[in-house]
Amino acid sequence: MTPLLEVTDLTKHFPTRSRGFRPGGGGIKAVDGVSFSVDAGQTLGLVGESGCGKSTTGRLLMRLLEPTSGSVRLDGREIAELRSSELQEYRRRVQMVFQNPSSSLNPRQSVGSAIAAPLLAQRITPAGGVKAKVRDLMDRVGLRPDHYNRFPHEFSGGQKQRVGIARALALDPQLIICDEPVSALDVSVQAQVINLLEDIQRDTGVAYLFIAHDLSVVQHFADRIAVMYLGKIMEYGDTPRVFGAPEHPYTRALLSAVPQPDPAADRSGRIRLKGDLPSPADPPRGCVFQSRCPVHTQLDPQRRRLCSESVPSGDIACHHADVAAEMLATTTSR
Amino acid sequence: MTTPEAAAPMLAIRDLRVSFPTDDGVVHAVNGMDLTLARGETVGIVGESGSGKTVTSQALMGLLKDTAAEVTGQILLDGQDLNTLTETRMRAYRGKKIAMIFQDPLSAMHPFYPVGAQIAEAYRVHNDVSKKAAAQVAVDMLGRVGIPDPKRRCAAYPHEFSGGMRQRAMIAMALVCEPELLIADEPTTALDVTVQAQILDLLNELQDETGTSVILVTHDLGVVAEVCHQVVVMYGGECVEQATVAKLFEDPRHPYTQGLLASMPSLAQRSERLNPIPGFPPSLLALPNGCLFADRCPKTHLVPDDACGTRRPTLTGLDGHPSRCHLETLQPTGEVAR
Ligand SMILES: Nc1ncnc2c1ncn2[C@@H]1O[C@H](COP(=O)(O)OP(=O)(O)OP(=O)(O)O)[C@@H](O)[C@H]1O
Ligand SMILES: Nc1ncnc2c1ncn2[C@@H]1O[C@H](COP(=O)(O)OP(=O)(O)O)[C@@H](O)[C@H]1O
Ligand code: SF4
Ligand code: SF4
Ligand SMILES: [Mg+2]
Ligand SMILES: [Mg+2]
Repeated sequence: MTPLLEVTDLTKHFPTRSRGFRPGGGGIKAVDGVSFSVDAGQTLGLVGESGCGKSTTGRLLMRLLEPTSGSVRLDGREIAELRSSELQEYRRRVQMVFQNPSSSLNPRQSVGSAIAAPLLAQRITPAGGVKAKVRDLMDRVGLRPDHYNRFPHEFSGGQKQRVGIARALALDPQLIICDEPVSALDVSVQAQVINLLEDIQRDTGVAYLFIAHDLSVVQHFADRIAVMYLGKIMEYGDTPRVFGAPEHPYTRALLSAVPQPDPAADRSGRIRLKGDLPSPADPPRGCVFQSRCPVHTQLDPQRRRLCSESVPSGDIACHHADVAAEMLATTTSR
Repeated sequence: MTTPEAAAPMLAIRDLRVSFPTDDGVVHAVNGMDLTLARGETVGIVGESGSGKTVTSQALMGLLKDTAAEVTGQILLDGQDLNTLTETRMRAYRGKKIAMIFQDPLSAMHPFYPVGAQIAEAYRVHNDVSKKAAAQVAVDMLGRVGIPDPKRRCAAYPHEFSGGMRQRAMIAMALVCEPELLIADEPTTALDVTVQAQILDLLNELQDETGTSVILVTHDLGVVAEVCHQVVVMYGGECVEQATVAKLFEDPRHPYTQGLLASMPSLAQRSERLNPIPGFPPSLLALPNGCLFADRCPKTHLVPDDACGTRRPTLTGLDGHPSRCHLETLQPTGEVAR
């Protein structure tokens, strides 16, 4: 079965200001050879720390940015080859919800007209039916009919995010790219919005690419996970597998860094990364995780050389995943 | 994470209230904040956005003196009520006895002075030493917060540091005068999880070394469980519950705390469905007469005579685990004590 969305070797290099852009050299490798797929009606979680390329990936899929190279297929069709009428159809089928609900809404546009805008632009709903459709959408995302003529500043963060979701739903998309949709919200409101997104998926069969840095939210929400670090995917797999038996040293470190809301939790087996994220303009050669990898330092010289000489690939992008688990277990259980 | 024994409360906040006159009316940002903190302990203040966490910290630091804000209640530090001090007298406390670190270190540091010079200056405000001696203190301090090659790094400007290093530098600046109380307002919220873990470990280590008491403001109950001894939960500018960390997670008493804990997705257990608290926090412009949580509370039916809607509960409860809820005072007869 063809996946709904298939991304292969997607790459985006931004020129750096100082040296100018040299293809293949220099530049910021914001997204560097990323591959994943999303099945119809399913959710793929894209996680990683800030600057690792999550939003850039989302913007490439929305065609808000041109990729440097790589392929994106929706239902098997390569989007780089779409003609302009087909591109409009693509833009109907793939929608986006943003992190900051305030900045994605026009402060001078009432909530009703914000939701109506995509309907009017695509001209598929008969003019008379627009208002009814907007009311229907508002009802679906839990906004009251009297909210129709109100303005964004009168709304809380959670309500604004509902407006953003109603807007994304207006054209019955097949895929919604959610870029940190609940990161700016308080936990109790976060739970309201997550439940709403789940209900919508159950009712409409829409697929999500769910971008987040909060691992517990993603674990709750996603069927499959891609863990990114410095523009590359480190680990890719089904959610229960990745969270239950993570194999990449970065995934393990990321999971053990999440503060556990349980004072009695066992904190002995923790992995602590040293140092900060390297600059994406100057990532380590070979494996990009090398400079912080707790396994790398324990390897014998020959294995260690492999880390810097060759870029690991595959669903678990580590040359030494076979010994990583054991090494991490012995170093951390002090 | 051991609770020091026989700890006399070094800080006691009694019925702190802060309001701001605005064009829309009076904003009641803090409406009854109570907290006790023993020497060497860490207390977490948790609550949703707008619940009054930052305003409480500002009041403690005396940053609301000489502003339009009205601050009432007591802030007793070693028995001295800071709220009665003038701005001039408060200056002797700020930085020396109480220091603060913020979510965004850039806003707290001067962009055009080297990091080392700023730490040295913070030291010289309260210590009569030569510039040279203060510079050495700054180098030592940067080393203690885990900045590699501190001597060279002292000459760097804040923007040359990464987010995690800046937060370390700010911690160095706050701790350089060995304050008795450190207020950290969302110190790791802007950081990535792996760096957040480093900074929380650092705070824990420094506290073990120095015995400083810490107030950690956060919206993340996970962070609280990692580093705090005590927790205060805020809602609508009120302290609604205070407990040891173990008790709060084991036996949350206030319906808001219970709702908050139930609404969190957990890494440890994948649940099928999250349980949000319905509705929104109250408007701070027109507070209801009754309980501030009443219109979202699932337990109002357990309290007779519509007490939830008509009377504001007080902070009551046994075993040093008070909760601001009428259920705490419910008599066997089913009546609410007045
Ligand atoms: N100077 C001011 N004038 C008027 N209102 C204010 C002022 N400072 C704060 N407030 C209001 O007081 C309330 C509490 O604010 P505070 O900053 O303490 O919240 P918080 O709990 O720190 O929230 P967050 O988690 O978003 O940081 C808010 O409604 C805020 O808008
Ligand atoms: N328009 C741009 N020009 C130059 N660099 C950019 C641009 N957009 C993003 N970047 C860089 O690309 C990297 C990935 O960014 P982003 O995709 O926004 O990360 P994330 O969403 O994972 O936090 C970062 O280093 C960022 O600074
Ligand atoms: S390839 Fe080497 S550096 Fe990269 S994650 Fe594996 S062990 Fe670590
Ligand atoms: S006083 Fe009433 S409304 Fe308030 S928390 Fe208790 S039960 Fe709920
Ligand atoms: Mg982003
Ligand atoms: Mg705040």
